[in-house]
Formats: sequence, structure tokens, C-alpha cells
Amino acid sequence: MTQTTSTAAAIAEEELASNPAANTNDDKARFPFAIVGHVDHGKSTLIGRLLHDTGSLPEGKLAELKAASDKRGGVLEWSFLLDAFQAERDQGITIDTTQIFFSTAKRRYVIIDAPGHKEFLKNAISGVAQAQAAFLVIDAAEGVREQSRRHALILHILGLRQVAVLINKIDLIDHDADRYAAVAAEIRHYLGQLGVTPLALVPISARNGDNIASRSEKTPWYDGPTVVDVLDNFVPALAPVDQHLRLPVQDVFKFDHRRIVAGRIESGRLRVGDQLVFSPSGKQAKIASLESWSAAPQIAAGAGQSIALTLDDELFIQRGDIATHVEHQPHLAHQATVRLFWLDTAPLLAGDRLKLKVATSEYPVFVERIHAVIDVGNLAATQSDRIDQNAVAEVTLRSPALMALDKFDEFAKTGRGVLLRDGDIVGGAIVLHAGAVDQSRHLYSPTQSIGSADRASANGHRGAVLWLTGLSGSGKSTLAVSAEHRLFQRGRQVVVLDGDTLRQGLNSDLGFSPEARAENIRRTAEVAKLLAETGLIVFVSLISPWQADREKARRIVGENFAEIYVQADIETCKSRDPKGLYKKALQGEIKNFTGIDQPYEAPEKPDLTIDTTALTEEQALQHLLDLVDGLSALNGYEGRKPTDSYTI
Amino acid sequence: MSHLDALESQSIYILREAYNRLKPLGMLWSLGKDSNVMLWLARKAFLGHVPFAAIHVDTGKKFPEMYEFRERFSKEWNLNLIVRDCPPVDSVDPSLPPAARSAARKTEGLKRVMNEFGFKGIIAGIRRDEQATRAKERVFSPRADNGAWNFRDQPPEFWDHFKSDLPEGAHLRVHPLLAWTELDIWRYIERENIPVVSLYYTKNGKRYRSLGDQDITSPVESNASTIAEIIQELETTKTSERAGRAMDHEREDAFERLRASGYM
Ligand SMILES: Nc1nc2c(ncn2[C@@H]2O[C@H](COP(=O)(O)OP(=O)(O)OP(=O)(O)O)[C@@H](O)[C@H]2O)c(=O)[nH]1
Ligand SMILES: [Mg+2]
Repeated sequence: MTQTTSTAAAIAEEELASNPAANTNDDKARFPFAIVGHVDHGKSTLIGRLLHDTGSLPEGKLAELKAASDKRGGVLEWSFLLDAFQAERDQGITIDTTQIFFSTAKRRYVIIDAPGHKEFLKNAISGVAQAQAAFLVIDAAEGVREQSRRHALILHILGLRQVAVLINKIDLIDHDADRYAAVAAEIRHYLGQLGVTPLALVPISARNGDNIASRSEKTPWYDGPTVVDVLDNFVPALAPVDQHLRLPVQDVFKFDHRRIVAGRIESGRLRVGDQLVFSPSGKQAKIASLESWSAAPQIAAGAGQSIALTLDDELFIQRGDIATHVEHQPHLAHQATVRLFWLDTAPLLAGDRLKLKVATSEYPVFVERIHAVIDVGNLAATQSDRIDQNAVAEVTLRSPALMALDKFDEFAKTGRGVLLRDGDIVGGAIVLHAGAVDQSRHLYSPTQSIGSADRASANGHRGAVLWLTGLSGSGKSTLAVSAEHRLFQRGRQVVVLDGDTLRQGLNSDLGFSPEARAENIRRTAEVAKLLAETGLIVFVSLISPWQADREKARRIVGENFAEIYVQADIETCKSRDPKGLYKKALQGEIKNFTGIDQPYEAPEKPDLTIDTTALTEEQALQHLLDLVDGLSALNGYEGRKPTDSYTI
Repeated sequence: MSHLDALESQSIYILREAYNRLKPLGMLWSLGKDSNVMLWLARKAFLGHVPFAAIHVDTGKKFPEMYEFRERFSKEWNLNLIVRDCPPVDSVDPSLPPAARSAARKTEGLKRVMNEFGFKGIIAGIRRDEQATRAKERVFSPRADNGAWNFRDQPPEFWDHFKSDLPEGAHLRVHPLLAWTELDIWRYIERENIPVVSLYYTKNGKRYRSLGDQDITSPVESNASTIAEIIQELETTKTSERAGRAMDHEREDAFERLRASGYM
């Protein structure tokens, strides 16, 4: 036990859990620990029992629990102590995480209960992220299950290294030593792959109280610690005051005619007179004073403290800047490779746009590359182009903004962040590698204009022109508009140039003679080219009946041009006739109508043919979007090489 | 860093986040010990200022000592004080048990304040150790436009990243004291010398541990006449803080229903 404890102590010193009660060493401090594991394996029951067996329940609580259990016609459910919602009690399942205070003879604790059901992983993480140690509870009869593994993996990503395993419901396997050993071996192996050595494995019955606060007679073959023993041996983390300074700026106040920089020191220490540099801007100033109210004046402060300071120079500092000492600054990068867990119901795809929020800074990012999705079963890295809810993956993110980042293994608090989509937290990420700086953007040069490569890297895709040709009524506009919506939702810069609309403005002076049509196409192609050069994905929806005109358009636009033949036979188009034009043309009210009294030259070698008479709208759209993805994809940007094994 | 320093620092961080992200912002000042601590923490966070409104949703049933306290300290602390009354009890959901129904007036009063001022953030001094549904709260807890708490689907919240974007009409409840216990509150009051209403001290062998409305809150047996004695008493007691609040004991789901519809 001594040996494992001292390793744990070493690791614990490196990390600092976000729970405030954790960073302290006085006797009032509360050590936060979490209970994790698969659904129904007895986590909440264990906590209820632990409180009861250590005499921590308030008066009348037991009677209340009995009443709530009787009402539901079952045995006493200790879990009701935590599962306070009616829905939780009625369904016998924890929905949301909760915290409860208790103490042993040795010290005070905060217990964090986590739901085990897959659907509530976001809630489990919300709780567990505040813990400094965890018990992984496994049902002895059911053995290691999917969420047992997933929770173990999440503990690892959260940086939690003090883990003990409780093999519960030992009564269900008749307190059998061999069956216990089999489950123990399985979980030991899995944790071993993660590089985690459990501090202890304990056979327990949460419901009956075996090996919780005292050693049980029913497991004479077990001579290890009880749950309370293990608990009392976890080692509290200390605030990382000895690391380099990291002070993310939270706000700049203008009270009392002064500019006051407010923030919490995440690591290290500072004192009045220190020279600070603010990343990513690189501006420097000295600390003029530390400000406070109703407290003794300070000249120094350290990790964990929320402080306010003034500078000797009126710099333009803003929320999100990160202050450090000059010698030890964070990495500046446009690119970061992260390990993430994804919590949104909608999957994360390559090219998707998000915000990465690290401490108080928010950066727009897009997913440049998905290197691997981790198989929770065997921890193998698998190739995938999507990251589903609750998955763990490694990706490279790219930002048009210069990001000030640390690596997670060097600075826990400024080397991790959340991913936001539409203002919602949809994932968490730890920084493995802070990558390249785009020189063109980093170095501001007033004489150098911004090129299409810069725009592409800012947008996360290249500009492109998708030229949709086909008969009136073949479905060009419908396709273009649905593609526009779909891509816009995925964060792409996109626009549709519709023939009809253009003829109302830019081309309103043109008729339908072959010459006028040629000029119509020339102008449209020039506009499309300009837009594509500014980074947009441009859909042109134009009958453009002549092959020669379309070839000219391709020449004007240059690269990133695709000709798409939206195919439908004339009879179908006539019958669709969405604008009633065929009818008019057939009655002679409109002249020079393609397909009626002017020919349509079908493309000889289109980049894509979409037959709208044979495909559903969704299928047609998918064909088109696949082409767009290929055409607008970024390439030639260096990313980290795909990881083919998940090394921990 | 001591335990109280760590709690203080975390609460300051939360208050500063709220002030930066949510405008307009208001703080509920119920005149009880917790909300006084909260105001104190705000002044620590903003260097003596309270840069948002202090709101008293007045049930009209508070003890006279509390009204005196409000008049005195709103001036001394230079608060931007908003006082609004609650609607009469017959306008409240009649299916609630009597005490809960009386408490629900406060929810209605708060809704009126929200409609009048359009607050994006409301800071409330609830703590996890008070009650089991409060123990499940987020620090930044979204409320729908009718004030309802969708506790079945709370947003993820970790590493001190709080959800602060909300649709029009919705607001966030901000809970800077979630991690504090009743004892922490008293130790901090003692350390910082924060004024509290005299009702917390013994009078004829009884004192209030929790101050709700006069008609639904009862005092507990106690001889504690100083903060030190209160702390001593709490270190050994096994009764819960809200034992004197009638509404908590009426029906298993009474408190959940109250909170789901917008109670603090
Ligand atoms: N026989 C037996 N049953 C147990 C034991 N521990 C828990 N249970 C039962 O297992 C069921 C699930 O227990 P919970 O504590 O709700 O499980 P949980 O892990 O908290 O579940 P979630 O939070 O929903 O993931 C309950 O009916 C418990 O009474 C035990 O040691 N022996
Ligand atoms: Mg549970």
C-alpha cells in the first residue's frame, strides 16, 4: 500500500482538480472523489450505505428513505439518498450527478455520484471532472461492461490517476473467491492497458454493507483494505504553485477610473513588479499593484487565487489573453492536435466548425483531420470519418486565430478545454500537441494582400464553383438550394448564383439569343470566379445550353470548377414545368426556349451526372455533396501523422 | 490556501464569469445568511462594488428584524436595491400542499421581476448540502422563458466552463455557493465579520437556522448566542438545516415540483 500511495502522491501533485475544496491542506478541506461504473452496478447504493455505516446521515433521513422505498414496494433502496428526482426513484436509475458531504474519522470528503447509463455520460463527466480520485464499481455477477470501460477511459482522459476498483454485489456470487478473482483479473487487464494500476480491488456488497466500513466475515479469503481504508489513503492534490505562471484574463474592470485586470491564477505565482507578457498578442507590462477589498494588502499571489491587478502601462488587454512570465510562455499555434470526448447527439465530422474554449479564451476552429476513434472495447485506434456521441477520438483542429495553448501533460488547466457548437458545450479536449503557425497570418504585413490560401485556411475549405447545367425544370435550383442549406449548416461559406435571379439584376440587359446567352454565361462565370477566390463554395444554376459556353466558363474560373449535368428528359421537364414556362413556350408566348425551339447540348464529359428522374432528392444531394467535399477539401496542410496505435 | 480561501476564490471566479457573460444581471437578496455572504463575495470580486441589482422578492411575511436589516444595509453597502411584492396565494397552483404553495408565491414574484427587468442572469445562494435536488444543480443552470428547470436534461458543465448562451427569453440561474456547507457559511461569516439578522441567535431557548416566511418556518432549540456557539452547535448536530421548513416535509415530491417550476 505504501508504495502505490507514494506514486499516487507524486501524480496528485502534478494535477489540480477544479473542485475548490481540493486545493487546500487545512483540516476543513474536503477531498472530492467520484463513484463511476456501468448502470445498475450499485454506485448510488454504495454511497447511501457508506453514509449510513459511518454515521453520517442526518436525523430522520433513514425513515424518509424507508418510506420512499416502501411506497415503491421494494427493499430499502440506499440509492434514494442521492437519487432525489421522482423519475430517478421510479425508474431506479441515476439521471444526474450529485454531490454529498461526509467524513470518516480521518478527514472530510465530497462524494460525487455519477450516472452509469450511457445516455447520461455528459452528466457523469460534469461530476467526475471535479474529483481527485475515483472508485470504479463493477457488478460481480455481470462483470466488466461497456460503461465500466468507457468510464475508466474517461477517468484517464480527465487526468485522474488515483483509481480503486470495487467489485460489488458479492452476495450475488455467493461470496465466491474464484468468481471474484475472474472479474478482478479482467478489469485489472483493461486498466493496465491504460497504464493505470488500481490502488486496490475490494469485494463488497453495497446493499448489505460488506467490506464498506468494516471487514466482512463473509469474505474470509479477503485480507485487503475496506472501502473506508482505501478512501483514507487517497492523496490530496496540492495547488500547482511551483509550476510556471498561467493567469488567464477573465475580465478587465474599469471601476474607480482605473483598468483592473481580473483573473484566477491557474498555476505558478506572481508578485508586484513582475514583468508579464500577454499571449497571444505578446504585449508586455509590469504588475503595478494587487487590488483587493476587505483583505490585508498583498504583494504576491499563487495558484488557485482569484486576483485583480493593475499594470504600469495602459495596454489593451482583454478577456482570453493569458498572462505569463516572459521566459515561460504558452505555445502559439494555428493548429492543435487534441484527444477529445464527444457529447453531442449529432456526430462530429471532418470540416465541422466549433469553438475551442480554453480557460477564458475562445477560438473558432474546424476539424482538419480525424486521426482515430478509440474503440472502447479494446482501446484500438480505428479509422473513421465521424465521431459519434460518447466516443473518444484524436483530431487536429485548425483555427484562423492564433491560439495560446499549453500541452495537457505540462499544464493541466490551460492545456484542456471544451468544444462549443451553437453555444452548447458538446465535448472536452486535452491538448496533445500545439502545431504549426501560419506565417502569413502571424506576421502582419500591410503591403501583402490576403491570398486565397489564407482564406481557405481561415474557412476550413477552399472556394469552388459547381456549375449546374440542364433543362429548365431538371432540378438545378432545387438541388443548389438544398446543397447550400446543408453546407451552411456544416459551417461552410456558400452561395447560389441562380440564372433567373441574375437576369433580374446583373444580366437584366440580356435576352435569349445565342450571343446574349454567351454574354450571360461570361458574366456569371466572372462573378463566380471572384466569389470562389474570396473563399466561397459557389453553385451556379444556369441552363447554359451550349457546350462551348460552358467550356469558356471553365476557362474563366480556372481550377476548382466542376460541371454537373442535372439530367432529366424533356418530357419529364415538361410535365414538371414548375414555372409554367414550357406551357408558354409551347403556345409560342416565349421564344428561344431551350428544349422547345432552341437545342440543348448535353455535356460530353461532365464531372458529375445527376439523373433526377432516377434518384431521390436526398440521393441526388448526396452525390453533389460528395463532389463538393472533394473539390473544396483542404490539402497540403501539415497535420500530425495519423496515430495508428493509441499509446497512453 | 485555506479551505475558506479556496471556496471564496471559486465563488469569486463564478461571480466574475456571470458579470462578464450575462447582462443584465441581478442577485437575489433574501436577507438570510447565505445571501449576505454572497453579497460580501460580490464586493470581494468587484473590489467593494456590487455592479448589479440586489433583488428582494418580498413575500410580505418576513420578520420585522429582516426589514430593518434590509433598510440599513442596502444603504450602508450602497446597493442598487429592487424590491417587488409577490402575488396573493390564491394565484398559485392549488394542487401544491399548503406550505409549498405559500413558498411558491416567491416563484411567481420572481417571474414578475424577470418580466419587468429581463434579467439574463439571476444569482441565487442555494447550496448542495441544503436539499437533495439542489445537490444536483449546475453552477450556471438554464431556465426556460417560463422559469422552468429542465432537470432531466442539464447541460454538461466541467473544468469551470459554464453554458452562458441562451435563447431569447430564457435565463441562467447562477449558483456561486453550491460547494459551500452551512458550516462553511458560518465560519466565513465569523472570519469576515459579516452582519446577519439577529434571528439566528438564541431568544428564549430557540433560534432560527434557516429564515423563510414567518408562517412556514419554525425555530430550533438552541442556546447559541454568538457565531462561535452556532459553529460549535452545528459541528455536532444531526438535524438538517431545513428541518424547520414545513414545505420540505409535506410530500416526497413537493420540493422537486417547486424547483422544477422555478423556485430557487
Ligand atoms: N444484491 C445486491 N444488490 C445490490 C447491491 N448493491 C446494489 N444493489 C442493487 O442494484 C440496483 C442498482 O443499484 P444503484 O445503486 O441504483 O446502481 P447505480 O450504479 O447507482 O446505477 P446508475 O446510477 O443508474 O448507473 C439496486 O436495486 C440496488 O439495490 C449489492 O451489493 N447486492
Ligand atoms: Mg446511481
